[in-house]
Amino acid sequence: MRKFNTCLAMAGAVFAVAAIIAPMQSIAADKLVIVTSYPPDTTVTVGKAFTKATGIKVEMLKKKTTAGIKYLQSTAKNNTSDMFWASAPDAFEVLKGDGLLQKYKVKVKGIPEKVGAFPINDPDGYYKGFAASGYGFMWNTRYLKAKKLPVPNSWADLTKAVYNNHVGMSAPSRSGTTHLTVETLLQGMGWEKGWELMKGIAGNFKTVTERSFGVPDGVNSGQFGIGIVIDFFGLSSQASGFPVDFLYPKVTTLVPANIAIVKNAPNPKAAAAFIEYLLSPAGQEVLLDPKIRRLPVNPATYAKAPKGFPNPFKDKSIGSAVKFDLQLSKSRYNVINSLFDVMITYRLGDLRAATKAIQVAEAKQKGNAAAMKLIAEARALIAKLPIKEAKASEKDFNKIFKKKRKKASVKVTGRQAEFEQAWDTEVKANYAKAKALAEKAASM
Amino acid sequence: MNSFSRSNWGVSTLAIFISLFLLVFLVVPVGKVIFVAFQDPQTGALTLINFIDFFNTSLFQESFLNSIYVSSMSVLLASIIAIPLSYFTTRFNFGGAVLIQTLGIVPLIMPPFVGAVAMLLLFGENGSVNLLLDEWFGFTIPFMEGLNGVILVESIHYFPFILINLSAALLNIDRAMEESAQNLGASGTRLFRRIVFPLAMPGYVAGASLVFLKVFDDLGTPLLLNINNMLAPQAYLRITSIGISDPMGYVISVILVTFSLFSLWVSFLALKGKDYSTVQKGGGGLMKRDLRTWEKIGCYAVIILILLMVLSPHVGLAMLSFGTVWSYSVLPDAFTLAHYENMFRMAGQYISNTLLYAGLAATIDVILGTAIAYVVWRTGIRGRKWLDFIAMGAVAVPGVVIGIGYLRTFVEYNVPIVDKPLASWWVIIVIALAIRRLPYALRACTAALQQVSVMLEEAAENLGATKSRTVRRVVVPLMTGGILAGFVTSFATASVELSATIMLVNVESDAPLAYGIYEFMQSAAGRGPGAALGIVAVLIVGLATYISHRVIERTEMQRTGTGAVIAEQTPVAIGTTTGAAPL
Repeated sequence: MRKFNTCLAMAGAVFAVAAIIAPMQSIAADKLVIVTSYPPDTTVTVGKAFTKATGIKVEMLKKKTTAGIKYLQSTAKNNTSDMFWASAPDAFEVLKGDGLLQKYKVKVKGIPEKVGAFPINDPDGYYKGFAASGYGFMWNTRYLKAKKLPVPNSWADLTKAVYNNHVGMSAPSRSGTTHLTVETLLQGMGWEKGWELMKGIAGNFKTVTERSFGVPDGVNSGQFGIGIVIDFFGLSSQASGFPVDFLYPKVTTLVPANIAIVKNAPNPKAAAAFIEYLLSPAGQEVLLDPKIRRLPVNPATYAKAPKGFPNPFKDKSIGSAVKFDLQLSKSRYNVINSLFDVMITYRLGDLRAATKAIQVAEAKQKGNAAAMKLIAEARALIAKLPIKEAKASEKDFNKIFKKKRKKASVKVTGRQAEFEQAWDTEVKANYAKAKALAEKAASM
Repeated sequence: MNSFSRSNWGVSTLAIFISLFLLVFLVVPVGKVIFVAFQDPQTGALTLINFIDFFNTSLFQESFLNSIYVSSMSVLLASIIAIPLSYFTTRFNFGGAVLIQTLGIVPLIMPPFVGAVAMLLLFGENGSVNLLLDEWFGFTIPFMEGLNGVILVESIHYFPFILINLSAALLNIDRAMEESAQNLGASGTRLFRRIVFPLAMPGYVAGASLVFLKVFDDLGTPLLLNINNMLAPQAYLRITSIGISDPMGYVISVILVTFSLFSLWVSFLALKGKDYSTVQKGGGGLMKRDLRTWEKIGCYAVIILILLMVLSPHVGLAMLSFGTVWSYSVLPDAFTLAHYENMFRMAGQYISNTLLYAGLAATIDVILGTAIAYVVWRTGIRGRKWLDFIAMGAVAVPGVVIGIGYLRTFVEYNVPIVDKPLASWWVIIVIALAIRRLPYALRACTAALQQVSVMLEEAAENLGATKSRTVRRVVVPLMTGGILAGFVTSFATASVELSATIMLVNVESDAPLAYGIYEFMQSAAGRGPGAALGIVAVLIVGLATYISHRVIERTEMQRTGTGAVIAEQTPVAIGTTTGAAPL
């Protein structure tokens, strides 16, 4: 009997706790709700500083950038989120295009028009840049020393045979920042050359990580030596004590990381307060926290930065080479994701095998013109793309890659799975042929 | 059963209520997933085109084969670990047996994806072991390369399923069989191959099919190891990156469910065979013998080697949680307590959420479990077996599928007072956990109820007690041990669940522990605190497991029957006795 009572008491206690916490959780709905792609290090640090300054409670909804877009799209009818806070401006462009953002005019002064070659705020006034981010690569100094590898200096360096199996990156379909990196390369080098470079680097990949943080994590722990990352991953890893370093290559762009108020936000006033705080000197300084390490958009804040911290407002070489075209990026967003996955992520094994064969043949047959010709052919096969640049931005074609059907009557010809299948078959055959050619060249 | 008519409506209402709960939160979401898989995404008509697309896409073919390969290899590796351990414990008299029994289940008390992080640091290409190997011998072993990593992590995590089932089966073998074989001249490996192993086969198959099922469905481990081309991650990736309306996620879900049902069916067949072999009650397992000194040394060496390997995730995680910077080196550069301090400052909410969710889910589970057991075993309501069957069927539904099903089904249903879609309200996480863990609790409650003689109830009723009073004052108190064991099991396993919750967590402040660890592991400064949080999870589950063992032991001692332990779902779960229940 006593046992039974204990059991009842236990169950009762659980319910009592639930009864107390449940209403607390429902009050939570009145807090400022921010959909964000940032890790707890950023969200908790900034959120706490904001709450301390304003007394407004913040609720962070953690989503990957791509998942965040999907989330806002699917809950638009019944919106409960106040803000969207993420790095990739093209993600904001997608939301703006769908009419899911609300205009806001910033009151804080002291933020310049541009960082690098890019306007900090959306010209239409829908979203605001609060920090700048550039793309580059980080490397583990212990790893490079142990493997006797030189420090890479440019994107092209990463295609070299010495780095075979030492490079890591995430996929654009999995990470908004990686998407920007790929898009930057494509815009900076041109469609064909950009993909060629991308695939050349990918041939040296050790892995394509599922999350964007998988890259700095891999470099930090020494699973691979070099990672293609957004700057703050490198800078914050370094600030956390890891033996790593970061470099902006010449072909890169500085792009603002952004924040916007969602249309029909339940708490627009609190949302406005958050933007104002984030852009105020106090808010900008929080970005220098060792766990965050993002480039502030207020030039005055750099006076408080640690030594060696990159300052794009002084060092004009950072991110001025590529003028990033957001509209172009937006027009082919899903196609780029799909292409990258088909050609690189899911065919990494084949691509690596072909690349390795080419590198071996090249080392062996230096000066042998006939062999070099075969190798060039093999390279061309690897670089070959299943679609042309114009096609990638075609409206009707892009529709296939958008799964959201507005109305049952909207007709789409072809299914995403169907196209990917066809591309995959072609890509796989090309890689196999390239490998065969390279092997032939090696045995000449 | 004379007061049947009076109490009948009460029981019927109960049965209807339970059926409704299962219908809304299990049958409908899973049914919806299956339905969408057969639906044309453009027109909404029924079609097989999605399945054709699936099997024509080489990526999905590859994922499908990879999933089967990884699951099979994990079963193989887990068997290699488990068979010697279980053989040693049941065959020989020596102290190592206790060591195996206690440490052998330790791997289960850690979410496998947490172990994966630690394993990368220890066994990764530039992890501690390979750095040492490279330095001393100039070669490395690709333990964690690609699919190897998943296989290694999963088999180290799930081998206890085989260990426990196989040990139970070995203990249950009729000694007479072995003696007859020896009289006929069999000995050594021949004895093992021809007599012992076949007799223990049902237990082995039951454990092995469970390992297969668990590995096939696991999402967290491949995700953290960056393995995309397996089925569960593909389902997750399709749904989260392409969207909730992408048909491929649903097709994969259907395939996952089919395979889970299949391996469950295999294990069911195997367990049926086991009953058969224990009918002829001979007695307590294999002949035990003492070991010669050199044999003892050999056994200990094997055991220590295996245990070192299976405990390495815990060791690695502990080092990560205490280490400062651990990068391309055998050990962390220095040790500190700062990560724990950080973790407690930032992660208090994860811990309290977990206690709340897992506690609520386990409470729901034991209430439902007791009620279902009662309806099934003590009433004559039509279709009562189906209730049991459907509730147990939850075992075959992978977390990813529950997650996808809930998202799809409840996203448009708005909860009145809170004014949120049900799919993004924290209660949905509790319900998902409760449904996922219901089979565990149900098993424990059923077993407990079977131990309570109907005569006691009849006696109570003859003395004038009403049905509800009888249940309250006689049946439930007598079931306490089983109910408590069910509660603890559901609680412990629910508190480290990731695959369903990762899809349902909507707001950071609603997130439970496992999700918190996953999130922490996403930033450079968060790795240490994440590992510290992992250690906390291990401690919570470990404590719960220990309590449940104590409870089971105590009730076990009060029992007369000496049945075999079946660990149908999880080893800690089930101290149920089969067959020889009193009456």
